[in-house]
Amino acid sequence: MKISENWLREWVNPPVSATALAEKLNMAGLECEAEPLSTDLPEGVVVARILSAAPHPQADRLRVCEVDAGGNQPLTIVCGAANARAGIMVPAALPGARLPGGKVIDKAVLRGVESSGMLCSAVELGLSDKGEGLLELDATASPGELLEKHLGLEDRLFNLELTPNRGDCLSVSGLAREVAALYSMPLKPPAIRPAVVSGLPGKDVIVEDAQGCPHYVGRVVAGLNPKARTPDWMRERLRRSGIRAIHPVVDITNYVLLELGQPMHGFDCAQLAGAVRVRRARAGEKLALLNEQTLSLVPADLVIADNSGPLVLAGVMGGTASGVTDTTTEIFLEAACFDPETVAASGRRHKVLSDSRHRFERGVDPALQRRALERATALVKQICGGEAGPVVEVGRAPQYAATIRLRHPRIERLLGCQIPALEVPELLARLGLETQAEAAGTWRVRVPTHRYDLRIEADLVEEVGRLYGYERIAPRAYAVSLTPFAAPETQLPIDSLRDSLVARGYQEVVTYSFVDPRLQAQLNPGVAAVNLDNPIAETMAAMRTSLWSGLVATWQYNRQRQQKRARLFECGACYAPADDGGTRETLRLGGLAAGNALPEQWGSKPERIVDYYDIKADLSALFGSALDRFAFERGSHPALHPGRCARILRDGNPAGWLGELHPRLVEPLDLSEPVILFELDADAARGVPLPAPAPIPEYPYSRRDLAFELPEAVTAEELVTVVRNAGGALLKTVLPFDLYRGPGLPEGFKSMALGLIFQEHSRTLNIQEVEAAVGDVTAAVLAKLGASVRG
Amino acid sequence: MNLELELDQLSGTAAEKIDAAADARALEQLRVELLGKKGSVTELLKQLGGMAPDQRKAFGEKVNRVKQDLSDRLERKSTTLSEAELARKLASQTIDVTLPGRGEAPGALHPVTRTIRRIESIFNSMGFESVQGPEIEDDWHNFQALNIPESHPARAMQDTFYVLDGSRLLRTHTSPVQIRTMKRRQPPIRIICPGRVYRVDFDRTHSPMFHQVEGLYVAENVGLADLKHDLQQFLSLFFERPVEALFRPSYFPFVEPGADVHMRWALPGQEPRWLELLGCGVVHPNVLDAVGIDPERYTGYAFGMGVERLAMLRYGVDDLRLFFNNDLRFLEQFR
Repeated sequence: MKISENWLREWVNPPVSATALAEKLNMAGLECEAEPLSTDLPEGVVVARILSAAPHPQADRLRVCEVDAGGNQPLTIVCGAANARAGIMVPAALPGARLPGGKVIDKAVLRGVESSGMLCSAVELGLSDKGEGLLELDATASPGELLEKHLGLEDRLFNLELTPNRGDCLSVSGLAREVAALYSMPLKPPAIRPAVVSGLPGKDVIVEDAQGCPHYVGRVVAGLNPKARTPDWMRERLRRSGIRAIHPVVDITNYVLLELGQPMHGFDCAQLAGAVRVRRARAGEKLALLNEQTLSLVPADLVIADNSGPLVLAGVMGGTASGVTDTTTEIFLEAACFDPETVAASGRRHKVLSDSRHRFERGVDPALQRRALERATALVKQICGGEAGPVVEVGRAPQYAATIRLRHPRIERLLGCQIPALEVPELLARLGLETQAEAAGTWRVRVPTHRYDLRIEADLVEEVGRLYGYERIAPRAYAVSLTPFAAPETQLPIDSLRDSLVARGYQEVVTYSFVDPRLQAQLNPGVAAVNLDNPIAETMAAMRTSLWSGLVATWQYNRQRQQKRARLFECGACYAPADDGGTRETLRLGGLAAGNALPEQWGSKPERIVDYYDIKADLSALFGSALDRFAFERGSHPALHPGRCARILRDGNPAGWLGELHPRLVEPLDLSEPVILFELDADAARGVPLPAPAPIPEYPYSRRDLAFELPEAVTAEELVTVVRNAGGALLKTVLPFDLYRGPGLPEGFKSMALGLIFQEHSRTLNIQEVEAAVGDVTAAVLAKLGASVRG
Repeated sequence: MNLELELDQLSGTAAEKIDAAADARALEQLRVELLGKKGSVTELLKQLGGMAPDQRKAFGEKVNRVKQDLSDRLERKSTTLSEAELARKLASQTIDVTLPGRGEAPGALHPVTRTIRRIESIFNSMGFESVQGPEIEDDWHNFQALNIPESHPARAMQDTFYVLDGSRLLRTHTSPVQIRTMKRRQPPIRIICPGRVYRVDFDRTHSPMFHQVEGLYVAENVGLADLKHDLQQFLSLFFERPVEALFRPSYFPFVEPGADVHMRWALPGQEPRWLELLGCGVVHPNVLDAVGIDPERYTGYAFGMGVERLAMLRYGVDDLRLFFNNDLRFLEQFR
């Protein structure tokens, strides 16, 4: 909300600059900035009356105007505006005047006629963004007067960004109240007296829904001059708050909204059929709003209606059918208090924004309506003339918003500082709160109706703290009571998993939790995802079921920027619909590797592309002391190469995947080289055993290396398992150290070499024992796998 | 006397030859020629048998001295030769120590992770425990329990992503974790909740996903003064300099009294000014009520800070989007 400084100072005028005042408001919790009206105002432009406007002899579109600009002689000014006509008051930039943008006016000859200056539009003066024709001024303005004086342009704006609880400050009066409280100054509101009531009949008002509309006042004003014009001073104040002048009645209701904070509405009486009724809408009723939206109403909407149907969406916006026009002579003015939740719900449902909705949502002083109505009546009579009918009132204005008990010790407790008990009533009184001592250190506090946001004791404590000043509350050093904590040692912190990958050359990335559903369908097809109702974009519509979508997209992005090699990982949640209708989140650790096995460097030729085993080693390092709890078995994943895909098991349970991106996907994804992907259930990777070290062996071990000739289909793990089981208690370690395919082997066979390490804790082994164990091993391998020992 | 003369000559020439030996092989040959079974010194010793006893003693001692001298000289020469040999060999193995090392290049943590870690480590040292919670939440945990009913205008402050076909939503702050913790535990509670949060907002200064660290301290006597102290301390530790912080009254539905914290800070090329940094306040009694904690007995404070905002200030990053583009040329600078 923007408010004119001059306007505010009419209500309360602290002897400080606008900047200092804004700072004070900021420190009181009202975010506010003092801004210049414009950085580029016109200079030397004066008010002038057009005495005559004749067609230009040489140009159809131009007029030659005789103008009274306050000098002894009329001036001749050539003008192209369509509304240039005799009798109107307009701004004239005479030679020497400067317009916004720096243009300096001089005498000029236009198509053979000398022009002594320029008549100006609002746009040319920097007073508006749009609009055509000359800016018309009050007929009562004085020719020759400087425009900035006439319009009061020596002003500044307070630009307020108020928090939702301070709806009471969304007006000049509200802001002035706050300023008066902060500076302990009296408030000087304009005098508002009840209008003299003529013999006009009242209007029947029926409020069917007192919960939706607890207080309603209205009155007829008749005999309006339809030719009346909103005076410049009001136009200017509205303009400074960003509101365009439309019609005197609309302008007046907007003015009262800005001045007092009461949204109002003016109906054209000629369009009202029967009683004015505040009721809930009937399903299917239609309402065409002033913003050209046509609503289909629902029964939860509160409307103002007459016999013909809904006229206004209560508290949100009026309809076209009953609004004032250029011919309106009799109006019904309404000032009501509507339920904030009802207004908010209707506004949200129909997606209508308005100044009225903005205020009602935050609350409007429930006792303000009568004052606002009288203020608007006075302005209508002043500007449009006419006579006022009696006030029709339904419901009652409360006297106080609340009565709250405030305990002095509670202030100290919540603020952590001592504020003397004597000061508290004084601080609250500045806000218009009445305190009455109850018992020692306890007050009954009566809250005025305009501070409906104050409901509980803590709200009062904040007000005390705010006026006392947060800056005066001294920081209090630790007097902490806490519960000590330590994570289990057998549960690695997620951070140590991250560190393990970083140490092995991986770059961590953080990608959005919502991904492109099409990419996700390629990488994790057939897996149900949680989808968003209102995504930012179609490509951010699905919650990820796997980290691969983000990792692949990140690699695509970087490949397009000349990156040749990547080791990426991300640690974060993946989401799935749960059986109970809710959602399930699992923390995952995923990675992507592409490009050469090693960064480009000397001495590593020939270069080798990264493969499965490089990344398996990274994962083995990650598993650390829990490595033997993990197994990699041949698996099948739709996004992975069918022959290069492992399912990772922990204690026999699925815990993740490792493999090469399916060659079928490489090209569609705009990638070219093999890409290795892995993903782990982070919790599975976190569990590690508590170290329980065995005694160090005192006797030497014996090693035997054996090469087995195996059918291709036999995996290393199968071989190792058979060897381990056959090797007996003395066999401590089985280490695959070579794999050979090629000449010397039968078709379909490979040779795998194992190192077997035998050891006995309490003595040195003898050769016979070792040979016997090796014999058992070779026999078992032959029997179970059809594999013989080579050479 | 002939023999003595012969011995002297032998000793002299032998010494010269030993000194002149070019390599180990020549030296071995000399050793055989001189001290071997048929060597010239050995030959001289053999002649001792034919000498008179008094002569034999004197000459014997002399020959043995020469033999010992030559033996020592051979040994010294051998050492010299092998050292020279080793030096030659090692010289031939010289490497260019200025070439870069080989192997894997270092990776790095994402700056957001790095910043969260720093924030966590500071708060951990101040006795705050880190707690996590779900990112897809229900309306009660994300709003209602936090004193934000359905029609509250504060809901417009946090534009919310909703899940299709359901009442669930992406949490707009990590406050639901506070709610879940308070429902589970009685005070004293001193926790921080780092994590991802989501709001429907996307431009240069807003990301639909960002990270927050929220803090909560509930105990028997906690007020604004404690909050001021703890946050002031945190900021100074985080930025590693005394930070001038300003607490201004503000409004969040879940706290009362509420405050914004501003920090005096000079952005690159600008004069220092007050920057809004985070929101905080004293926990609203309705929130404590909602989770079954007696607001008469316990009070508490809460705060919430944006991780990216702190990271941008700390590292001088001026575009929020850099954190989520994951351009390696940006990320690698956080090694």
